[in-house]
Amino acid sequence: MIKQILFAISLLITLGVFTYTSLKLIALFKLTKPAFAVKDLGKRIAVTLKVAFGQTKIMRRPVIGFMHALVWWGFLVILVGSIEMVIDGLFGTERELGFLGIAYDIIFAFGDIFALVIALLIVAFLFRRIAMNVKRFGGVEMKHKSHVDANIALSIILFLMITLLGMNTFYLIDAGLAGHEIIGIYPVSQIFASWFGGMSAETAHLFHEANWWGHILGIFFFANYLPYSKHFHVFMSVPNVFFSNLNPLGKMTNMESITKEVKLMMDPDAAFAEPTEGEEEAIERFGVMDVEDVNWKNYMDSLACTQCGRCTSVCPANLTGKLLSPRKIVMNVRERMKEKGPALVKNGKDWTDNKALLGDYITAEELWACTTCNACAQECPININQPAIILDMRRYIVMEESAAPAELNSIFSNIENNGAPWQFAQDDRMLWADDITMNQM
Amino acid sequence: MTTQIKVEVPLMADLFAKGEKPEYLFWVGSAGAFDDRYKKVTQAFVKILTHLGISYAVLGTEESSSGDVARRAGNEMLYQMQALMNIEILEGYEVEKVITCDPHVFNTFKNEYTDYGAKFEVIHHSQFLQQLIDEGKLNLDSDVFKEQKITYHDPCYLGRANGEYNAPRKVLGAIPSNLIEMKRNKSFALCCGAGGGQMFKEAEKGDKEVFIERTEDVLETNANIVATACPYCMVMMTDGLKYKNKNEEIKNYDIAELVAMSLKL
Repeated sequence: MIKQILFAISLLITLGVFTYTSLKLIALFKLTKPAFAVKDLGKRIAVTLKVAFGQTKIMRRPVIGFMHALVWWGFLVILVGSIEMVIDGLFGTERELGFLGIAYDIIFAFGDIFALVIALLIVAFLFRRIAMNVKRFGGVEMKHKSHVDANIALSIILFLMITLLGMNTFYLIDAGLAGHEIIGIYPVSQIFASWFGGMSAETAHLFHEANWWGHILGIFFFANYLPYSKHFHVFMSVPNVFFSNLNPLGKMTNMESITKEVKLMMDPDAAFAEPTEGEEEAIERFGVMDVEDVNWKNYMDSLACTQCGRCTSVCPANLTGKLLSPRKIVMNVRERMKEKGPALVKNGKDWTDNKALLGDYITAEELWACTTCNACAQECPININQPAIILDMRRYIVMEESAAPAELNSIFSNIENNGAPWQFAQDDRMLWADDITMNQM
Repeated sequence: MTTQIKVEVPLMADLFAKGEKPEYLFWVGSAGAFDDRYKKVTQAFVKILTHLGISYAVLGTEESSSGDVARRAGNEMLYQMQALMNIEILEGYEVEKVITCDPHVFNTFKNEYTDYGAKFEVIHHSQFLQQLIDEGKLNLDSDVFKEQKITYHDPCYLGRANGEYNAPRKVLGAIPSNLIEMKRNKSFALCCGAGGGQMFKEAEKGDKEVFIERTEDVLETNANIVATACPYCMVMMTDGLKYKNKNEEIKNYDIAELVAMSLKL
């Protein structure tokens, strides 16, 4: 009974903290702009199955991608066991899902094997981060705390896997010595259990309990650590893929407010049309200057990003030594929201700290280095759209500040005056066709 | 018997005045009309159209910038003015199918003009040529490139932006030659460095130009022809080959030129 009470209290604290964090995040999401209407449920489910559950994009790098996929698929299987632990904890039962019979045996056998596989992979990942010099884990945006954060997240996962294996191992010994029926099959822990031949019933029970508590409290802690970590990825990736941009990568979002203006310019009659009810919009800023100008999908992208750096590693600008790093752009959105968002929630949307995403976090030089080639978006394992943020910031620079690089300003005036980025007269557009001769067979 | 004939490029306005409606509108694009190197591609493509007796016309002086570069350089206002103007003209001529050699035009017409109600079908010339090959209307079996090693550079706006990796490869595959892939190809292809307005400005400070990095991919293949399907890529690849002093040994052609040369037009 005491165990149940303690468990219920821990669970309540966990859920309480998590709710608190979630409410804060929702408030931050409310600061963002609309992105798109969520339609095409079928397509969204398909992309989620393929990219999130099928791990198709991370496997663009087959070896490390498959290692990640194993961790993820293992996590999904092990999740069933975690749910069972919550049930057991609340009702004082043991392995309550055992009624599933053969399905239980299969799920828990796989969970047991995956626990070992994941533990070994995490050791490999830690080794890779600490001892190997993987280029994409570097870069200006990767500060000391980014690396610490990554290593903490990996260490917690390692702890969870060790306690899971410990729990299974000592469960086998504990139940065996107490003469209870053993529920489930544990191929790996069975081997470990055989190493602890002469253990007393009390010690086995104690170790079983200790690992059980260690594992579940580890999960509770992890769940509340994640939202403050780059590893929030665990929660946000699947939704982020579900809310993917379903358009071809080449399509930029349309700015409706501009369409309205341009139509007015082209059709003066429309100027006298009655404005539709509710369409009298507040003065809107063109493009993105600060974090309240980004849309909810940009912000979601930033929360889902786990800083793997695949985007930056394929960016032509970054590869050739320019300042631009798509990962930095995404990370900056999250950092700036963390800095400014809560104050905006508290003091209203006019509050300012005289800083901005553009300028204080992201420089114009970075933005102008982008070739809009979409290699970053193509590479992102969870469909983050980095160019969308870059292009919206360019829109601000050009339309609000008229601060495009001089060469671009001259192509704008060429297009305006003679309909081409070059300074040739529109009347000369057919000169290429003047003297074409060809062979006729 | 081979005779030289003059190629007459039909104008939409002329045909329309006669009450005729061509099947395709060929959108030449600003680069196709003004860039000295790319004009040759435009000319090669109209030779193919003429050779095959395709019903088409161009807008001529009624054509204007698609606005792609303005949009990606942040000038949404200018882009939308161009877009709405172009759509008005195309709709005026009741255009149903547009062919273009420029992946940027292809992308913006196909994916973005639809936001303003454009309904015409948009076809990139690589897709158009592939379709003709599939239908057996275009036979490229010749020995012009038999001894040549050709590598194809994927334009970002055809490839990643629109998922079209196969059409240009099928066209090249129909020409007897040795096709070879660069190490970074299809969705992994490296940009030429010209998109998003870069074509018209100095690159930001760095330690290398993107087009040089990409040219090195080309050199690695030992190909003697690099095929492209985009006016910007062509400028960048040509510059890269010059920079590497390889412009004598390695030639840069658009797939339309390779087709026209195979046909000995």
